[in-house]
Amino acid sequence: MITPLLEMRDISKRFPGVLALDRVSFDLRSGEIHALVGENGAGKSTLMNVLGGVFPHGTYEGEIRVDGEVRRFDGVRAAEDAGIAVVHQELSLVPEFSIAENIFLGREPRRFGVIQIEELYSRAQRVLDELQLKLEPYVAVGTLGIGQQHLVEIAKALARNARILILDEPTAALTDSEAEVLFGILGRLREGGAGISYISHKLGEVLRLSDRITVLRDGRTVSTEPTKTLDTQRVIARMVGREVAEIFPKGRRNAGSPAGAEGEPAESRFHVFEARGVTVEDPSVPGKLLVDHVSFSVRRGEVLGIAGLVGAGRSDLMMAMFGAHPGRTAGEFFVSGSRVHIDQAWEAIAAGIGFVTEDRKRFGLFLDQTIVANLTLAALKRLSGPVVTHPDAETAAGQRSMKDLRIKAGSVFTIAGTLSGGNQQKVVLAKWLLTEPKVLFLDEPTRGIDVGAKQEIYQQIDRLALEGLAIVLVSSELPEVLGLSDRILVLHEGRITGEFQREEATAERVMACATGHVGQRISA
Amino acid sequence: MSRVDREDEEASLVSPELGKTRLGRWRISTEALRAYSMVIALIAIWLFFQWRTVSDLYPYGLFLHPVNLANLLKQMSVTGVVAVGMLFVIVARQIDLSVGSLLGLAGGIAAMTQGWGLVPSLASAIIIGIAAGALQGSLVAYLSIPSFIVTLGGFLTWRGVILYLSKGETIPVRLPVFRALGVALLTPASGLALAAIAIAAVAWLTIRRNRARRRHGLAAPGVAATATRIVVPTVLIAVFIYMMNQQGGVPLPVIILLAVAIIGSFLTQSTTFGRYLYAIGSNPDAARLSGVNSRKHILVAFALLGALTGIASLLHTGRVGSASPDAGTLMELDAIAACVIGGTSLMGGRGKVSGALLGALVMASLDNGMSLLSVENATQYIIKGAVLVAAVGFDMAGRRKS
Repeated sequence: MITPLLEMRDISKRFPGVLALDRVSFDLRSGEIHALVGENGAGKSTLMNVLGGVFPHGTYEGEIRVDGEVRRFDGVRAAEDAGIAVVHQELSLVPEFSIAENIFLGREPRRFGVIQIEELYSRAQRVLDELQLKLEPYVAVGTLGIGQQHLVEIAKALARNARILILDEPTAALTDSEAEVLFGILGRLREGGAGISYISHKLGEVLRLSDRITVLRDGRTVSTEPTKTLDTQRVIARMVGREVAEIFPKGRRNAGSPAGAEGEPAESRFHVFEARGVTVEDPSVPGKLLVDHVSFSVRRGEVLGIAGLVGAGRSDLMMAMFGAHPGRTAGEFFVSGSRVHIDQAWEAIAAGIGFVTEDRKRFGLFLDQTIVANLTLAALKRLSGPVVTHPDAETAAGQRSMKDLRIKAGSVFTIAGTLSGGNQQKVVLAKWLLTEPKVLFLDEPTRGIDVGAKQEIYQQIDRLALEGLAIVLVSSELPEVLGLSDRILVLHEGRITGEFQREEATAERVMACATGHVGQRISA
Repeated sequence: MSRVDREDEEASLVSPELGKTRLGRWRISTEALRAYSMVIALIAIWLFFQWRTVSDLYPYGLFLHPVNLANLLKQMSVTGVVAVGMLFVIVARQIDLSVGSLLGLAGGIAAMTQGWGLVPSLASAIIIGIAAGALQGSLVAYLSIPSFIVTLGGFLTWRGVILYLSKGETIPVRLPVFRALGVALLTPASGLALAAIAIAAVAWLTIRRNRARRRHGLAAPGVAATATRIVVPTVLIAVFIYMMNQQGGVPLPVIILLAVAIIGSFLTQSTTFGRYLYAIGSNPDAARLSGVNSRKHILVAFALLGALTGIASLLHTGRVGSASPDAGTLMELDAIAACVIGGTSLMGGRGKVSGALLGALVMASLDNGMSLLSVENATQYIIKGAVLVAAVGFDMAGRRKS
């Protein structure tokens, strides 16, 4: 048997509190496209970061062999030198630099330390020609569209004579015709003997393009099979194939029914929050819609789950409904039946909306400040006089919150940044509960926290819904959405492609809608 | 070390200590350690100058002589008032480079309008300060022009305006009350009265706070700790008033600085405005998403700095006795240095008025001491520059370890 170009054996990678990869094996032959698929958080990007040297040798367990030889990369540069190039989802281009300068960034042809400009441009031209890209090498990258920038990123990877190319969601930002250009390039590279690892959520693409497909789930390899033997249904089954875990609260609420209002017809139940025609434009690509006329409503005591893959526009929708999206937004919002104007976060808060954001370190927390300062900020108007703060009232409120949500910390004066991820997330949740909201948006409320903390957050969500709070839950983790929601909306490319009541939602049906197959739309 | 350990419980809601530092078998909050090491550094500087200024005339040294100390504090009061304002701006992750020029402009306008009477003259300096601060603040907050650029523009513009208005001439201060703002001394009797009020206030506030803590079921310090908290400031106040009375009384500008510091401390620690400033500086995105009207508060911070610069210009002009068009040159750097030496982070979200005052005192002590020792001007700049960088360097090294 021929030695594979690349072999990764029993790779394990641990983050604080999370085992991201659990003895994953992956191999790549010369002249093949090997697709890597799995739900968000399955470990695909982590695996490729191990390979690309982002996580250097020693921070993971297991073995990487290139051409049968064990290799230990101490950084991205070492991996590149071994012929491995990773094209990440996020661009690593300097917008002010020309295409040629970007392609050769850090590896400019030099003589006595002086960059050889002519050689730089002629070599860049050759790379672009090889890829059959009709781009001028002296054009500033910032003036290109996002799709073309991705193609430049790929050219940059190939200019390093990469034999092993890793593409992470390469078509996420491409138009169909740009994607075709990319597929052409990949086909030629495969014929040229390169090994390509292709990560994508778009199963149609994966099935058409790849030779083999490996499915990851929860940091483990589920299967590696030739593409010929697979179809969409089978791949989805492998991606989601697990029982909805036992960690969800057992004592079920009556779906969508407010406490003490059972027996009422569904139509007349109180709609706490309603959004009509929410549309969000991409601030960096004028004309591109991140969210396209999304309308929905959520009732008192209801948990509305919003499922969808990365880039489907879930977070953009949440940000827009909170008056915090940087792009142009449109839409009408109603709280308890009356129309509210939401253009700034404080207007949303005043209207009775709370928002636990996706990236708690960036958007949620003041890491260098105390727990109590974090907890009371959004509700400071309520907890203070017109000018003067009431530290004792804040401390008392903070201590109550800590007890209610079981935040584990020395005291309310502990610095938020020293807490574990799960406790930080509870602080963010508690902060919004102090504003006494009518509706609470939760965007990835359990990202990056351990199972025990997750379970506690689930119990809190359940408790809050029982107490009558309306909750909009966005999560990349399908079991979470299925386990907690009374009703589920599925977003794909900014549009609602499916709506399910709790009892009719299955992982397969939701995933089919999330990958672009339009499912049923039951009018609420 | 139960007393030191309790620093944790006593932490303020904002700008708290960042964890603990082990010092032998003591565990102290890093913030407290920082404050102590600053005080120790200040005392070291004082003792050094005291030792170096020993002469036949002053066998125990000249530096800490009441007359010199009063001089030092008068010099410091101008920088100190500006530094308190600068703290608001830096805590919100902004900067103001224009305050030196603005101080020259406001002082010049006040001197030029003396003909209109005392109140219009003094008010004009403060109004000019507020207007210039609000203008710069609105450009920063609402047009999103970086504060470094806006106030660099102000640095040039305000200096140009006063050079134009004064035609380059120095204007003497004629109004006695104006002059008094910079030089007058409180009578010894009123100094003593003030000391009595201050001591009573310290005692009352300490006891009230203990009661409030007990009422909310929080741990309150014991009798010994409470007594220390009252006795130490009492001794300091008494020594201070005694020394100042030795040389005729407490200088009025020092009283004004203390008043500004108390108000500044109140604003930063006890108002929603102050809390929002720390939030904006600590994490602007999170502050916005928590419903904080960042723009409004940034504007107000700049306007407040402008107002304080106006007040400082009166103290400075009164002390010098005239308004020269180049008054306040490099004042912005002194004020920023005072904040930074006092533990304020230029990344925002961290810093206290007490620290800024301590920083201003360190800078003023260096100025004053080196002048007494007739250190050359050139050497003075070099030493002050080195001290600034070293102070922040030690701070960063300490933070990394903890």
